[in-house]
Amino acid sequence: MSTRRLTGSANDPHIRRRYRAEKRFKAYCIGAVGIAFAIIVAFFTDIISQGYTAFWQHQVQVTLEYNDRSARLGQFALDSDMRDIASRGATRSIPLEMEDNPDLMGTTDQRWVPVKAEIDQYLKHGHDLPAELRQQVDALADSGRIQSAFNTRFFTTGDSKLPELAGIFSAAVGTLYVLGITLVFAFPIGVMSAVYLEEFAPDNKLTQTIEVNINNLAAVPSIIFGLLGLALFINFFGVPRSSALAGGLTLGLMTLPIIIISTRAALRAVPDPIRQGAFAMGCSRWQVVRDHVLPSSLPGILTGTIIGLAQAMGETAPLIIVGMIAYIPEAPSGIFESATVLPAQVFTWASEPQQAYVEKTAAGIMVLLAVLLTLNATAVFLRRKFERRW
Amino acid sequence: MYSEATTESPETTESVTAMTTGQTDTSTQAQTAGTAEKNVKVKAENVRLWYGQTQALHDLNLDIHENEVTALIGPSGCGKSSFLRCLNRMNDLIPSVRIEGQITLDGEDIYHPDVDVVQLRSNVGMVFQKPNPFPKSIYENIAYAPRLHGIVNSRRDLDELVEHSLKRAGLWREVSDRLQTPGTALSGGQQQRLCIARAIAVNPEVILMDEPASSLDPLATATIEELIDELKDRYTIAIVTHNLQQAARVAGYTAFFHMGEIVEFNDTDTLFTNPREQKTEDYITGRYG
Ligand SMILES: Nc1ncnc2c1ncn2[C@@H]1O[C@H](COP(=O)(O)OP(=O)(O)O)[C@@H](O)[C@H]1O
Ligand SMILES: [Mg+2]
Repeated sequence: MSTRRLTGSANDPHIRRRYRAEKRFKAYCIGAVGIAFAIIVAFFTDIISQGYTAFWQHQVQVTLEYNDRSARLGQFALDSDMRDIASRGATRSIPLEMEDNPDLMGTTDQRWVPVKAEIDQYLKHGHDLPAELRQQVDALADSGRIQSAFNTRFFTTGDSKLPELAGIFSAAVGTLYVLGITLVFAFPIGVMSAVYLEEFAPDNKLTQTIEVNINNLAAVPSIIFGLLGLALFINFFGVPRSSALAGGLTLGLMTLPIIIISTRAALRAVPDPIRQGAFAMGCSRWQVVRDHVLPSSLPGILTGTIIGLAQAMGETAPLIIVGMIAYIPEAPSGIFESATVLPAQVFTWASEPQQAYVEKTAAGIMVLLAVLLTLNATAVFLRRKFERRW
Repeated sequence: MYSEATTESPETTESVTAMTTGQTDTSTQAQTAGTAEKNVKVKAENVRLWYGQTQALHDLNLDIHENEVTALIGPSGCGKSSFLRCLNRMNDLIPSVRIEGQITLDGEDIYHPDVDVVQLRSNVGMVFQKPNPFPKSIYENIAYAPRLHGIVNSRRDLDELVEHSLKRAGLWREVSDRLQTPGTALSGGQQQRLCIARAIAVNPEVILMDEPASSLDPLATATIEELIDELKDRYTIAIVTHNLQQAARVAGYTAFFHMGEIVEFNDTDTLFTNPREQKTEDYITGRYG
C-alpha cells in the first residue's frame, strides 16, 4: 500500500509539473550566474588585452654626444636622423647632466632610450606612420637597433605629456599618502565612536538619532562628501587644494560611517558572557573593552576598515571637487603638496586624445585592480585566519 | 588566611598567603574551636528588585552562612539569578534595574555609595551557567585578573598563583602541560573548572554560582559537585540550581524561591525532609516546577 503511494506519484501530473518548474527555475539561476560570469570575463579580457602592451616599450640604441651644442639643448646629442625616432624625453636632461658633471664634455655614450610613442604604437599595433619614417624604423628594427623591453619606467615615473614616458608612480605615491591620511583620520574616530555607541552609550533618543544618521551617512553619494570636503577643509580650514591632505580627509569623511558600522558589527559579535565574565572579575567597563572586547573583535574591525579603504581608493567623484584630478606629474613629497591618485590618473589618461594613452589607461586600471584585489584578499585572509568560533 | 595548608603544595599556599592583604578570618577560628553555629557572611534584608516597572523580587531576607554552601532552588523565572546578581552588583550593568533593601557582606553595606564595585567583585566571585572562559590561553585566563588588580608583582608569584588556583579547582593535573593553549579549547566541564579557578585566583571570600553544572554532562557535573564540596572549607558559596538532588548533595542550607519571594529557608536536610510550607513540599515532590 505504502510503496504504491510512493512510486505512483512519479506519474502524477501535479508532481511532474512541480519538478519541471523546479528544473526551469534552476536553469534560470544558472543562466544568471553565467551572464554575470561572462561580464566579468569580458571585462578582464578587454582590459588585459588592451593594457598588457603598456608593460613593454620599444627602445632604440643611440649614441649620445656630449658637446657644446648638446649642453644647450639635449636633442643635439643625437644624430639628426635619430631625433625623429628617440623620445625627446630621453635627451631632455642632458644639459643638466653636463652641468653637474663637466667631465662629460667631449665624450660619447651609447645607450638604449625609449622610442617616440607613435613609433612604439606602429611597432606594437601597426598604426600609421609617414612612409619615410616607417622605412627608417623598419631598417633599425631589422638591424637589431630597436628592441622591445619591459617598461620599468611605467612604474618609476609620474604622468607625462609624452606618452612613452608616462608612468603610474606618482599616482601610486599619491594614493599611499591619501589612504594613509584617510586611515589616520577615519580609523581612530570611527573605532572610538563605535566603541562608545556599542559599549558605553545609554540607549536613549539621542543615541538612536545618532545611530540612524550614521547609517544614512553611509548611503550618501560620494560626490556630496567632496562638496563637504571642499567647504570644510579647503575653504574653512585652508588646506591646500589638490593636496593629499585635502583628498585624504575628504575620503576619510566618506570612510568614517563604513568603519563605524563595521566596527559596531564586530563588537556586537563578541558574546555577552565574555563581558559578563570580565565584569564579574572586577573589570571596569574600559578594561572590559580594552582587554576582551577589542582584541576579540579586532579582525572584524580591520576587515571592515580595509574594505572601507578599498572603497575610498577607487573613488574619483569627491576628488574631482577637491582638485586632485589634474595633470600632476610629480610624486608628492608631503601631505600639503599637489597629488593625484590611481583612479584619477586612469581618468586623466582616458581623456587624452593620443592613441598611446589607451594602453596606459588599461594598464593603469590593471594596477588599480591588482591593488584593490590585494586589499580585499587581505581582508578575506584576516577574517578567515582570526575567525573565532565561540 | 588559609589556616589549613593545601595538601598539594605547602610552599604555594605560603606565598599566596603572603600575597593576600591580611584579613582576620574569625570563622575559621570558630570552626577549629568546634562551634557549630556559623557566622553570617552575607545578609540580605528586605531586598526588592524591579526591572523597569516589573517587580522581580519581593522583600527577600536571607542569611548566607560562612564556609557553607547555600543552594537557591525554585522554578525557573522565580528570581534566583536576579537575587544572585544582587550579591556582586552585576545587576548594576542592567540599566533598567532598581534595587531597594540592604545587602551586607561581613556587616558592610555593599550598596553604600562609597563601595567600589571592583573591590566588591574581587571579594565576591561569580561562575556562570555557561562556561565563559576568556578567548585567551589557560594561563592568561587565570593570570588576567590578579595582574589587573595588582595582587601579584613578579612573574614567579603569578606562575605560582596560576598553579595554585588550578590545583584548587582540580584542573592542574589535566592542563599543567598545556597552559598556553586556549581556554576555549577545553571540554565544557574543564572550562567550567577553569572559570572557577579564575574566580579563585583573586582570592574571593564568597563565590556565586548560577547553575554551574546545568550545561555539563553527568560526569563533569559530579566533578564540579565534588569540587564545590572541597571549596566550602575556604569559601562561602551560594549556588543556584534547578537540580534538587544537586542541592541535596552539596548544600548545607537551601532557600526555596517562588515568584520573587523566598518561601522557605532552612538547613537542607530539614527543608527536604520536613518542609514547613505546602508550596515547598509541592515543589520538592515534583508536583510543579
Ligand atoms: N535583564 C532582565 N530584564 C528584564 N527582566 C528580567 C531580566 N532578567 C530577568 N528578568 C525577569 O525577572 C524574573 C526573574 O528572572 P531570573 O532571576 O532570571 O529567574 P531564575 O534565575 O530564577 O530563572 C523573570 O520574570 C525574568 O523574566
Ligand atoms: Mg537563572
